[in-house]
Amino acid sequence: MPIEVNGKTLETDEEGYLVNLDDWEPAVAEAMAKEDDLELTDEHWEIINFLREYYEEYQIAPAVRVLTKAVGKRLGKEKGNSKYLYGLFPYGPGKQACRYAGLPKPTGCV
Amino acid sequence: MAKANFEVPEITGVTEVPAVQPDTMAHLETFRAKPEFMEALGFPGEMPEDWKEKAIEAMGDLLKKYRSLQVFLDACVKCGACTDKCHYFLGTADPKNMPVARQDLLRKVYRRYFTLAGKFFPKLVGAVDLTEEVLHDWYNYYHQCSQCRRCSVFCPYGIDTAEISMAAREIMDRIGVGDKYSNEIIGKVFRIGNNLGLPEPALADTLEGLEEDVYDDTGVRVRYPLDEKGAEILLVTPSADFFAEPHVDGLMGYGKVFHELGVSWTLSSYASEAANFGMFIGSYENMRKVSLRIRKAALDLGVKRIVFGECGHAWRVAYAFLNTLAGPFDFLDPNYPVPQHICEFTWEAIQAGKLNLDPSANDDMVVTFHDSCNVARATRMGDKPGGQFEIPRNVIKAVCNNYVDMPHGTIKEATFCCGGGGGLLTDDLMELRVKGAKPRMDALKSVTEEYGVTHMAAICAICKSQFTKVIPYYGFDMDQIVSVHQLVSNAIILTGEGEGGEEEEESAEDAA
Repeated sequence: MPIEVNGKTLETDEEGYLVNLDDWEPAVAEAMAKEDDLELTDEHWEIINFLREYYEEYQIAPAVRVLTKAVGKRLGKEKGNSKYLYGLFPYGPGKQACRYAGLPKPTGCV
Repeated sequence: MAKANFEVPEITGVTEVPAVQPDTMAHLETFRAKPEFMEALGFPGEMPEDWKEKAIEAMGDLLKKYRSLQVFLDACVKCGACTDKCHYFLGTADPKNMPVARQDLLRKVYRRYFTLAGKFFPKLVGAVDLTEEVLHDWYNYYHQCSQCRRCSVFCPYGIDTAEISMAAREIMDRIGVGDKYSNEIIGKVFRIGNNLGLPEPALADTLEGLEEDVYDDTGVRVRYPLDEKGAEILLVTPSADFFAEPHVDGLMGYGKVFHELGVSWTLSSYASEAANFGMFIGSYENMRKVSLRIRKAALDLGVKRIVFGECGHAWRVAYAFLNTLAGPFDFLDPNYPVPQHICEFTWEAIQAGKLNLDPSANDDMVVTFHDSCNVARATRMGDKPGGQFEIPRNVIKAVCNNYVDMPHGTIKEATFCCGGGGGLLTDDLMELRVKGAKPRMDALKSVTEEYGVTHMAAICAICKSQFTKVIPYYGFDMDQIVSVHQLVSNAIILTGEGEGGEEEEESAEDAA
């Protein structure tokens, strides 16, 4: 099921993840969030941007612990936990936030 | 409570056998693997025109290779003992999820092409031609079996539905019909070394982060080494241990145990995966290729022992098949089991008094233990029958003051699958996963109400991921699932810990 962004039709896989990671632009995240009835705030963008930076360096999404630690360091200790992330991304930071960020879905026993 | 677009079964504390409702799960078809994923595993990318002949040929080949398969297909007398034993039947009421019905999907085709009566009088013996409709049922319902083998415990002939389901998946793969979840993942193991696709630099960064965390928490420098040649022990653990919660808390625990014993150990970036999805798809070749990575890593690193982390079916492959697939392991130290389970390792250390433990560190929990299906019914630990049940419990009881078992008939050899095993831990099967967890949720509810159980510990990456995902549908909280070695980690007092580190410890706890 492709997704319409800024007049372009972008290919996604069965679960809604971008097929070509280079297709990503901020409007992709906005469009995906809209489909989930979610409004992206600055707090969401902090996470999405971190995911993209991490992926750029390591070619994989960060582990949950790496993510919570980084969020704790950047946004304050009280936010460095899974509860905060699930509050932002109810379908799970690993999967929902990765999808918005244009990253492939983490696979395996997770 | 999590939202669902299907009906979540009600849990009462006791699992009743539901009235049969035909075809309730007929709609559930997991995503197919793309041609590139199929070809990477040595299977055809697309269905060939002569797929029927190819499928029958593949069945004939497997019947020759595995005498057990033929015995299982021949032996069933339709006694019905298995019908109410499958968690997927109990949770979905779909009669095709009764083990005997699941077996019959393959059996009726076997009879048609491989038995005299079926060739000449098919209707008399329930034999049918292989058609697209039959193939469709195979695909749907052999991906609604988690290969947990609970039914086989109750079968008077010991017919193993798991083996039939593995054979069915292998036959389908050989005609280009494979599932995306398992096959994409096996491809990642070949390319990158683990199910997640976690490359070496990311793994190194993650492990470095863990070292920092343990130091912040305890003031002790515990190491989580990667690719260190000459280490005594190679730890092979599911890649989920690097990535997910509560898995990673267990990995931190393994490291603390090794540290306290003063043994050198290492992880391998080449064999950074304990799980072996080759088993789920019944593919000997793929299972062997994954296993050989462990052999190569052990040889390259020059280790003397191999220890497996908390991973259910990995332990089955390791315990039951590793020597056949990737042996002989005559280069390892024969004084230790080859391979050894981390629970065996820790239990020995506890018995020898080598760990300084404070079980009161876990006094905020009343813990129960979920026996993972593959560990419970396909392996052993230690040197006594039932060791696979006793050793994990002994470890938990040594580090927790409050432990309660779930009801008889839901644990040990009769344990219920978590609902996500056998290559079904994928979001597109969420309905099946939630419904299949019902019997375990009933058992958990009963001990929650009767004994105030707050947490359920597991020794399998799939069980942990499955439960954290599905228990919110039943009104529980994802934090209630813990790793066994997370409990160990909480209770270990490291040598040198607390010497000026108390303040740090408190603030770390606050953050957690």
